[in-house]
Amino acid sequence: MKTFDLKYVGHDAVRIDGLEKITGSAKYVDDIDLGPATLYASILRSPYAHANIKKIDTSKAEAVEGVYAVVTGKDFPYRYGLYLKDNYVFPLDRVRYYGQHVAAVIAVTQEIADEAAKLIEIEYEPLPVLQNPLDSIKEDAPLIHPDLGNYEVVPWLYPQPGTNIAHVRKIRKGNVEEAFKEADFILEDWYLVPHVVHAPIETHVSAALYTPDGRLTMWNSSQSPHTQRNIIAHSFNLKHKDVRVIAPYVGGGFGGKAGVNMEVVAAACAMKVPGHPVKIRYTRKEEFYDTSMRQELHAFIKIGVKKDGTIVALKHQLYWDVGASAEYGSNVVNATGFSAIGPYRIPNVWIDSFAIYTNRPPCGAYRGFGYSEFHFGIESHMDRVAKAIGMDPVEFRKKNAIQEGDTVAYGVKMGPTGIKQCIEEVAKAIEWGTPSEQPKEPNKVRAKGFAAVWKAPAMPANESSAAFIKFNEDGSINILVSGMELGQGFLTAMAKIAAEELSLPLEKIRVELPDTDRNPYEWQTVASHVTWSCGNAVRRAAIDAKEQILNTISEAYYIEKTNLYLEDGKVKSYTKPDFEIPFEKFVIDGVQMEDGTFRGGPILGKGMFMPEFTSAKVNPETGQGGHPNVHYTTGAGAVEIEIDTETGRIKVLKMAEAFDAGKAINPDIVKQQITGGFVQGLGTALYEEVKFSEDGRILNPNFTDYKLPTALDVPREMHPIIVEVPQPDGPFGARGIAEHTMIPVMPAVANAVENALGIRIKNPPITSEKIIKALLESKK
Amino acid sequence: MESKEIKFKLNGKIVRTEVKPYDKLLEVLRDKLGVKSPKYGCGRGECGACSVLLDGKTVRSCLIYAVEVDGHEIVSLEGLQANGLTELQKSFLKHNSFQCGFCAPGMVIQVTELLRENPHPDEEEIREYISGNLCRCTGYNPIVDAVLDVIKNK
Ligand code: FES
Ligand code: FES
Repeated sequence: MKTFDLKYVGHDAVRIDGLEKITGSAKYVDDIDLGPATLYASILRSPYAHANIKKIDTSKAEAVEGVYAVVTGKDFPYRYGLYLKDNYVFPLDRVRYYGQHVAAVIAVTQEIADEAAKLIEIEYEPLPVLQNPLDSIKEDAPLIHPDLGNYEVVPWLYPQPGTNIAHVRKIRKGNVEEAFKEADFILEDWYLVPHVVHAPIETHVSAALYTPDGRLTMWNSSQSPHTQRNIIAHSFNLKHKDVRVIAPYVGGGFGGKAGVNMEVVAAACAMKVPGHPVKIRYTRKEEFYDTSMRQELHAFIKIGVKKDGTIVALKHQLYWDVGASAEYGSNVVNATGFSAIGPYRIPNVWIDSFAIYTNRPPCGAYRGFGYSEFHFGIESHMDRVAKAIGMDPVEFRKKNAIQEGDTVAYGVKMGPTGIKQCIEEVAKAIEWGTPSEQPKEPNKVRAKGFAAVWKAPAMPANESSAAFIKFNEDGSINILVSGMELGQGFLTAMAKIAAEELSLPLEKIRVELPDTDRNPYEWQTVASHVTWSCGNAVRRAAIDAKEQILNTISEAYYIEKTNLYLEDGKVKSYTKPDFEIPFEKFVIDGVQMEDGTFRGGPILGKGMFMPEFTSAKVNPETGQGGHPNVHYTTGAGAVEIEIDTETGRIKVLKMAEAFDAGKAINPDIVKQQITGGFVQGLGTALYEEVKFSEDGRILNPNFTDYKLPTALDVPREMHPIIVEVPQPDGPFGARGIAEHTMIPVMPAVANAVENALGIRIKNPPITSEKIIKALLESKK
Repeated sequence: MESKEIKFKLNGKIVRTEVKPYDKLLEVLRDKLGVKSPKYGCGRGECGACSVLLDGKTVRSCLIYAVEVDGHEIVSLEGLQANGLTELQKSFLKHNSFQCGFCAPGMVIQVTELLRENPHPDEEEIREYISGNLCRCTGYNPIVDAVLDVIKNK
């Protein structure tokens, strides 16, 4: 039998969405015109971070000519949420964060809507504002959700009624207290990672049309069209078949467009004005205030080691500020609780991961899903511990790196991993061990810093993906999936997986963006899991289509199926070298037989994937007994930096990052994920932090005061490295790497700073100001 | 407020449209004239996603009022590629320079201006020139590489 080399998978190619994007033809939600019946909404926002709503009077606004409707909490008195139903479509009797949407005016023009919104009269009674999770968990703290005990919640989260704790994930493995007694060295300390925003360049946009027949159609900038359909159908008492979510291209998501947030506002508005589309495009300021942000983390870490560098115990307590709602963020807290050991073999583990309410904007998924935040502490600690016992930090990591067959914190065996190769490759690329060449200027110092990471996709145990492959008359195909192209190269990856199975050139493949009416189910495009999960579904759909093709040809030409194969869009035979039937000859019309009848018909492949070995059922007191994660992707990163000791400014000169992608479907795109994710991580390491006033306002809700990295701020020398230790259940061995790429950056930079100046910064971003202050402090 | 009719050249054709004194060029292009390549990213001149050429110079269309372009010429990405992909676009395509693609139209406009003013910029000049165009996805280096490649092949 003929053997085949991979022709598409593992080879570089131009992105299949490249031409659309480079010509400006790619449509994003705001590019869709919905016609002259479209109405405009203006949203009135809370001027308090925490207050009771005593009265809302909308009569003056309603009386304005051109106003169609005013929406407030009483119109849709529903709570919603992905994991914990603690969020309100519009608040009923209490606002919980500054800038929360309280009412919306829908009018014939934006100007009229804005003017009328000013006429809404609301009486508030201010309540004490909580802005620090450590204050929120004090005995006498005012409750942000007094009704927490009545909220609907998935069975694997544990809200603590009567407190501000929305969930706690505990891990108990071995005996940490005993192990600490046997340790030769123990280090304990606190780390603080602040709120940051996703800042996709496209803000949230949602358009909705509700028609009198009970049909709701939405166009959303979304990572989660099916999840949105599900939540919205439940929230508004609609049938799923009647809710249609169309998701065109997304101008960046990074987790911020996962689940549901302002889309419920658009849906509520549309339902008040049947027959009129309503489009809401958030301003950049609204994007900061009322979408979601990354959670703040206060982490206590205690690690014990033996003299030879063996880690014996870890105690890790994570106090997460989830903001005013934990509907999605509670799962960040949960997922990190299971994994907050980092990529290491640690026999004795104690983890408490708390989701704590404050009066800050709701937080949720953010690229890395909490792993960036806890790795900051863990990887800072690893360097500090290694140095304290006189070991090289890279050697120390290699010695303790988790290997296939080791048990993770919740007792399950670790799968195949390339962590050691990743550490070695990065060490080589950054020339670890060779001291940085120091510049001539006396005020400039150079040094290197290192970090290792891991991350598992955080998902419900039964997350799933499905795919259809439809053949067309000319032998080309349309692949229908509901994974989302966020820029990560999803469409190209799916096309290549199908191309490989069907031996069909990429030019003959289109992959369609989600439309919940037409495209089959996908849970969400999050967790860096779609290459793996949806990739498996597409592969199965392609195999299904291939079976149909082979059956048709075998039956029509009387050739054993096992003697047939596909090549370059044709069916060929091992036994008859001249035999070749191009797909276009039969994939729709079938094959005509001698008697004039036909065999076959339209080829339509379907595929589904759901992991069947995962379970969220664990002992709540120990975290043991289940199988919450499907697999871990591991990696490492390092930087070489230069610090100006006069200004405190840090320049990153060089970076190297390696990840174990299992199999890179498109190596070029994987490498670009690494460089792009690194730079997003660089922002959080050096500049990014949402600042709040005492009354809970955001002080920097724009790109002047909240600085993103620019083309001038990135290292000129970047080494993205792919390691491939196959994932047994991944398509062609692939696993995801997209989120992981930003995780090493904060700790690697902090470690480099210590190597350069001997100062340890424990709260990113590592701004010039912090460097100068620490230098002055160290000279005292 | 009173509307006023303005007349200007848009991507090679004369257009007339009624605008209010406070209408921004970005909204007029997108909502009234159907030119969708300039994107809204910040509305404050901070991100560059809305960039177009005004008499050959890049401007942030979210910052200028539509009345200001009366009698002038505006070129957006739609106009640049009227005769097919430019060399710059081809190079961006070849290098897979964009991910989500939202910054792409503004970036193409910005670099087009650069290459007209200075056909052989060095790497640092390119970075400086695009430092007002934010991209949250790529880390910029694939964009810079594509520009360097066009210059090399000139
Ligand atoms: S939208 Fe104009 S610069 Fe950002
Ligand atoms: S490609 Fe997404 S913002 Fe540049």
